[in-house]
Amino acid sequence: MTAVIDRPAPSRGPRRPGRFAAPPRPVWEEPPSKAGSAAKGTVIVLACLAVLVPLWIIVVTSLSSKETITEAGGLVIFPKDITFVAYQELLSGGQVTRAALVSVGVTVTGTLFSMVVSVLCAYGLSRPGSVGHRLILMTLMVTMFFGAGLIPTYLLVQTLGLTDTYLALILPGAVSVFNILVLRGFFMGISSELVDSARIDGAGDWRILWQIVLPLSRAVVAVITLFYAVGYWSAWFNASIYLTDQQMMPLQNVLIQLVQKQEIPVGLNMAVRAGDLSGTAIQMAVMVLALLPVAVLSPFVQKHFKKGMLTGAVKG
Amino acid sequence: MAHDIAPGPAPADSTPQPGPVSDRARPAGLRKRAGGGPEKGRAAKAGRIPLGRRLRRDRTLLLMTLPAVLLLVVFNYVPILGNVIAFQEYDPYVSTNGITAMANSPWVGMAQFERVFGDPDFWHAVENTFVLFFLQLVLYFPIPIALALLVNSLLRPGVRAVVQAVLYLPHFFSWVLVITVFQQILGGAGIIAQELRQHGYEGFDLMTNPEAFKFLVTFEGIWKDAGWGLIVFLAALAAVNHDLYEAAAMDGAGRWRRMWHITLPALRPVIALLLVLRVGDALTVGFEQLLLQRDAVGPGASEVLDTFVWWTGIRNQDFSYAAAAGLVKGVVGLVLVLAANKTAHLMGEQGVYRK
Repeated sequence: MTAVIDRPAPSRGPRRPGRFAAPPRPVWEEPPSKAGSAAKGTVIVLACLAVLVPLWIIVVTSLSSKETITEAGGLVIFPKDITFVAYQELLSGGQVTRAALVSVGVTVTGTLFSMVVSVLCAYGLSRPGSVGHRLILMTLMVTMFFGAGLIPTYLLVQTLGLTDTYLALILPGAVSVFNILVLRGFFMGISSELVDSARIDGAGDWRILWQIVLPLSRAVVAVITLFYAVGYWSAWFNASIYLTDQQMMPLQNVLIQLVQKQEIPVGLNMAVRAGDLSGTAIQMAVMVLALLPVAVLSPFVQKHFKKGMLTGAVKG
Repeated sequence: MAHDIAPGPAPADSTPQPGPVSDRARPAGLRKRAGGGPEKGRAAKAGRIPLGRRLRRDRTLLLMTLPAVLLLVVFNYVPILGNVIAFQEYDPYVSTNGITAMANSPWVGMAQFERVFGDPDFWHAVENTFVLFFLQLVLYFPIPIALALLVNSLLRPGVRAVVQAVLYLPHFFSWVLVITVFQQILGGAGIIAQELRQHGYEGFDLMTNPEAFKFLVTFEGIWKDAGWGLIVFLAALAAVNHDLYEAAAMDGAGRWRRMWHITLPALRPVIALLLVLRVGDALTVGFEQLLLQRDAVGPGASEVLDTFVWWTGIRNQDFSYAAAAGLVKGVVGLVLVLAANKTAHLMGEQGVYRK
């Protein structure tokens, strides 16, 4: 707990500056009281534990054997003997494997598609004074204020014949105007001298976008890619209304089935009945599959969040 | 002007480019006047360069925006037109595709809206929507601010990064996952109920309890997004001029007084803006989240406007009725958003769009 207390460590010789070392406290700031530091540390540690403990329980339970789970009476907090049975069963073909592949496929394709469309649009709107950019901007922003509503959208997707195709999971929500505005704001912040000198050297807009703007925008592009990817990965609603074929369902929908309706997929049910597997472990393992990609990816992009979110997020 | 001689985006041919073609290749200062100031710049520019030439100059840029515009037109504007079925007795089976079905469905005027406004279930959904909105406002809204103040006071960059990474994490989990987590912890078969039972107490099931549902939903929201919400406040805090603190300390202001007189005033515009925007978005309170829990607690506690539209339209296939309810929500929501933005402008903030 003392790790989060921000008082400089008592001087025991020269401190090596490390990642966790506190910078010198401003001269005008009085050292915090012991009670204050303790209270602050407690709150922060509790907040972090509120996030981490449930995740810990899920991961540990998914890795536990049937005996350990029965012994613990449901969910395991302290790991005993680690086993990967549940994952082996889930990933050895069958419904969950298929759903995971569907989710990966939709996420990768969708994210790529959304990024191409959004980056192009954001660049197209980012050159000041270009013809029609205000009109197009208005066209985009109207959709932020007035949604068409669920029912007309649903009927449209049906009319277009997208029902029971993966396109229904990608196309209707492929463009996020908010993300375009964030990208645009960042592109507009790029030094215009740079862009102009490239133009003078004869580069067209495609080349400028590809060779100058994009390389300078890695941070915000990473953030927006993550946003889109998380969106596709977490989506279940479109699948629930546009897909009727159970074979096509993505992972989140299988998770709903599994945990909310307590239905264990057919193949796995055999293993559970035969007693090799715990139903709880399977549920937890599916949850881990559902959270793993985002939990692994988001920390890498984290340092860019603030910059990405604030550049142009609220600029028209 | 020397910089105007440079070739513009138009293909370089033998004829010398007339000045204004390379208009976008101006130094920033000049360009700002041309493009930035909405009224003066546009008028001045339109007077200088004919539209045809500007179109040709910017055709690449226009082409680039085309895919996004097309997608938005198809999936956002066309459905807006589709709302006409709210004035019909839409029958999807009258014809093979939606458009002809719409053309062949009988018009009923405002009858669907009269049905909506006379439906106690609708008003119940409205009531739930507002109750949840106010709970979120009171219980959820202050938490990111408090968390931001705490995180901001962490001086060690490493500790700070770790704390932030942990707090951001749940934002990236799907609602399915969040609700499943809650079910595993607080549900009837969840870990807390299990522990209680093992120690001889009575178990409980928070997930199916309609009384506690409002608070459960709010708490789920806090767990998922409070950590994410602190980003904006942290940015505002980072922008505070440290000289102010020093000056205040010189004048004898203690920790708390500095927080009260410097930190909080610095956050005020952000707080006001987010508050206004939240109010503008009042009719939207967690569609996916509530839909996922609808079966567990029943519509009595969980039905809000969005789920009402889903239930009547998608589940009961009463398309016109649901579209009418959705339209009411959309129009009221639009009014709220515009009013919220107006308020933001009046307070001297930017709002979502510029004046």
